[in-house]
Amino acid sequence: MKYLDEFKDPVIAKRMIDDILATATQRWTLMEVCGGQTHSIIRNGVDTLLADAVEFIHGPGCPVCVTPLEMIDRSLEIAARPDVIFCSFGDMLRVPGTDKDLFSVKADGGDVRVVYSPLDAVNIASDHPDKQVVFFGVGFETTAPANAMAVVTARQRGLTNFSMLVSHVRVPPAIRTIMDSPVTRVQGFLAAGHVCTVMGTAEYGPLVEDYQVPIVVTGFEPLDLLEGIRQTVALLEAGTPALRNAYPRAVSPQGNPVAQKVLADVFEVCDRQWRGIGMIPASGWQLSPAWREFDASLRFDVDDIHTAEPEACHSGEVLQGLIKPFECPSFGTLCTPRTPLGATMVSAEGACAAYYEFRRLQVPTKVS
Amino acid sequence: MCLGIPGKVVRIWDDRGTPMADVDFGGASKDVCLAYLPDLAIGDYTIVHAGFALTRLDEESALASLEMFRELGMLEAELGIVLPEPAAASAASEEVGDEVPR
Ligand code: SF4
Repeated sequence: MKYLDEFKDPVIAKRMIDDILATATQRWTLMEVCGGQTHSIIRNGVDTLLADAVEFIHGPGCPVCVTPLEMIDRSLEIAARPDVIFCSFGDMLRVPGTDKDLFSVKADGGDVRVVYSPLDAVNIASDHPDKQVVFFGVGFETTAPANAMAVVTARQRGLTNFSMLVSHVRVPPAIRTIMDSPVTRVQGFLAAGHVCTVMGTAEYGPLVEDYQVPIVVTGFEPLDLLEGIRQTVALLEAGTPALRNAYPRAVSPQGNPVAQKVLADVFEVCDRQWRGIGMIPASGWQLSPAWREFDASLRFDVDDIHTAEPEACHSGEVLQGLIKPFECPSFGTLCTPRTPLGATMVSAEGACAAYYEFRRLQVPTKVS
Repeated sequence: MCLGIPGKVVRIWDDRGTPMADVDFGGASKDVCLAYLPDLAIGDYTIVHAGFALTRLDEESALASLEMFRELGMLEAELGIVLPEPAAASAASEEVGDEVPR
């Protein structure tokens, strides 16, 4: 069988796949929340191998994809200023704004720098007291501790030339919105293992309760994914929605308490726009009042922004699981990773990019 | 930016009061902040997000994860480094995200 040979341990993989196929009495619709898991599922053909038991709806868990267009445009405005050194994670540089991207701002002479850690941006601010250094603080609960520590460190060092353009998003409210949607088909969730390494699992119990939907914390490796899927399908077949942890070697129920403490101090919950999805109540983090002096959106006056998404891009429907990427008319023609129309084609974690890399020439066997 | 990459702590130092470590990701090393896992020791494995150690991991799991990310072509994009090993010049690293200048 294609794919199966590529698993690290094909024998165990085969056993798990057979087990899932034997357990399923119907085809269940699962959502993997995290873009890294989407990538791994498509790359390893997990969706094809399990086509009779599971349909995957790819969730909105790619921070590059859901950062709102308005924030991208704001970053472009700030990055173009001559007094600014704009620092960002590398994945954000080619995310299309309304007219351009950070990459083109850099090509036009803007001082845009890729950093691996937000602390690198703080160091740049220490080294360039004559410049305003702005860090683009995006991401889920996984990058939030790093970004929070950047402002803590900036204050410790007494830096007045460091600020952060914050557009953080949180997973649990997104799950709520997906389940509240009248058109949702999701019957079970694979929760993102690494988000839970920070936050623990406490936020997911109430979601299981409220929506009677199983949620299984799952890792990224193919066998971890299969284990998460196996547990989810078993819960669905038994009709007993519950919260399970299929990734215990990295995730403890309490998460990282030190990180949670800093997050609770530096950030406060806010409503947040998700690109392609819309406003999700209480789904974001912004700097709390005690840290607002570091807020780049207050430091730089860039309110007069008019955003427009390209009409040919259907990434909103992709992000909500309403269509698969290859059902978008622009997929692979107008829109490729080199010429992305939507953010979901930019990032390696985006669903459109995952399908483009691994499925360009294939139509999956089963599409609902 | 969002993937957590496992690596091994090889040196611990202090940057102006911030606990830092050199963490090795299968041949390439990065500066990693230990503020959230202050009791991490040399030789320990940890999952690193955006330059911060966030959780401990056993060696076997860490090495397996590293290998998978390498195969997925996601390591270099995530870490922004070129790894020494010849393996894994996958379609991913050719097609996506490798043109961002460092
Ligand atoms: S293939 Fe491109 S145009 Fe179509 S939804 Fe995906 S990102 Fe948008």
